[in-house]
Amino acid sequence: MNISLVLQMAADAEPERIGLVCEGRRWSYRALLQAARAAAADISSAGCSHVALLDESSEAAAIALFGAALAGVPYVPLNYRLADPDLGSLLNRIAPAYIVGDAERIERLGPDLGHRILSRTDFLAAETASETLSSEYEPPEGIAVQLFTSGTTAAPKAAILRHANLLSYILGTVEFGAAAEEEAALVSVPPYHIAGIAALLSSVYAMRRILLLPAFDPDDWLRLAASEQATHAFLVPTMLGRVIARLDAGASADLSAMRAVAYGGGRMPTELIERALDLFPQTHFTNAYGLTETSSTIALLGPEEHRAARSSTDPDARARLGSVGRPLPTVQVEIRDEEGRPLPAGERGEIYVRGDQVSGEYRERSALDAAGWFPTRDAGWLDAQGYLFLAGRADDVIVRGGENISPGEIEDVLLAHPAIADAAAVAVPSAEWGEAVGVAVVVRPGSAAPEEEQLRALVRSRLRSSRVPERIAFLDALPYNEMGKLLRREIRALFKG
Amino acid sequence: MKPGTKLKSAVCDTEVMVIRGGADAVVECGGSLMLEQAPAERRPINPAFAQGTRIGKRYVDADGKIELLCVKAGQGSLSILGVALATKDAKPLPSSD
Repeated sequence: MNISLVLQMAADAEPERIGLVCEGRRWSYRALLQAARAAAADISSAGCSHVALLDESSEAAAIALFGAALAGVPYVPLNYRLADPDLGSLLNRIAPAYIVGDAERIERLGPDLGHRILSRTDFLAAETASETLSSEYEPPEGIAVQLFTSGTTAAPKAAILRHANLLSYILGTVEFGAAAEEEAALVSVPPYHIAGIAALLSSVYAMRRILLLPAFDPDDWLRLAASEQATHAFLVPTMLGRVIARLDAGASADLSAMRAVAYGGGRMPTELIERALDLFPQTHFTNAYGLTETSSTIALLGPEEHRAARSSTDPDARARLGSVGRPLPTVQVEIRDEEGRPLPAGERGEIYVRGDQVSGEYRERSALDAAGWFPTRDAGWLDAQGYLFLAGRADDVIVRGGENISPGEIEDVLLAHPAIADAAAVAVPSAEWGEAVGVAVVVRPGSAAPEEEQLRALVRSRLRSSRVPERIAFLDALPYNEMGKLLRREIRALFKG
Repeated sequence: MKPGTKLKSAVCDTEVMVIRGGADAVVECGGSLMLEQAPAERRPINPAFAQGTRIGKRYVDADGKIELLCVKAGQGSLSILGVALATKDAKPLPSSD
């Protein structure tokens, strides 16, 4: 199996159909395949161990993904927002690589590593190269994509996705050529995120035209959605919040074609999704939960479930809007305790997942157990109907005197205070308890900061006394990465410093 | 016949990829055995198996043990030991990316 099959099939079925639009340039499936084949020939002749991308989203990401696949070389899109020392260390780990993008920066950070460096323009010019693969050529199996994890808790790990993992995901979740000619998916997640990879593969296999936004900006997103009449979009919750904020501020855009919005990649505040459902009553919303190591989505909350939850008076049904839905039919999910024993519905533990799309593999080691289960390090529980609820990262649990405390429960209580706009609870060192609760809060603009004692009293009134924060810090904003992931290690560092 | 194996028709352009396979299953297209290598010269198509294959469709045998994905369409149709394979209708999932 090789993921290049996805593009090959689309190009065979309808070669002249437009498959990708980026900054006004329109690519047919035939043109994309031709460019990928030319790239593959150039990659093969360079003899590198990885194909990397250090660039914003563009057609080069799609061509590099499929070109690397055809050449049988792992594709490694890099996070261009990383600071120089962090990026330098990744460039070192993938040497010698065939790298497309910010040539000046790559040369500066990774000289003498044997990289073959091309600007985006030079890489795209290779599409006209005379050398290309024969039509009888069968691309190899093995590693398709290597993604460095965002490293919110530790140094980035090199997660590996094999062709078989990604193709299992696509074949298990997408119907080939199912998209009508007018359908177009607006892709605004960065190319180095699993959602960016999955968006390319899913859309090409469904033959849904991809509208690539080089980098997310709410106004650019609204403009592109309107001008190209986008019918589908994937957003992380932070992006959806920013789009809605622009609409609330009076930005106007014709979003009448937008029939389906999927979101994931971070916690969706209930207020925000309820607002979105009310603002776009005709749009189908889907919540997708997945990890890099699982080739994207493993659980879904579908459009009907969103609407049912929004209009229901049954508290269990309403609560499902805060779930990530049910596992895909092609994967198995279990909740386990710290000893690895399966837990019944309603009990909180670590989420384990198994299935062909689950790689659970890093360069250094596989995290799968003997029976093929991947411990996600995400905490959560299943309800009686099989809906999966997330409860933060297992590593974020605060262990106070042997008692496990989920940051989320404390954060939810603090967010109920009218003057608190944002809150994060983390473990702080405690001589008495080993760890205790520290909270960082952001006061709502225009509100007076509440007394620390008032916040402690609020937590004490709703939760057990062990949850009462020992330390409270008032911040202007909490640290998030560009995908809206809270950087808890930075908050922990703040309490240590 | 392990998953991922590609089989080519001896009578037309049809190519399938094995999604689920039995160890000793033999698949025919247009009445002739499919192999990993297409023959140098095409065989005549059996008119009883000439309904054609459709790209992107999944084909299954009666008890669902064998599943094939058509990755290239052709004029022949698929069978196992002379019994035609049926297309499988997947339950659609909402687009999640």
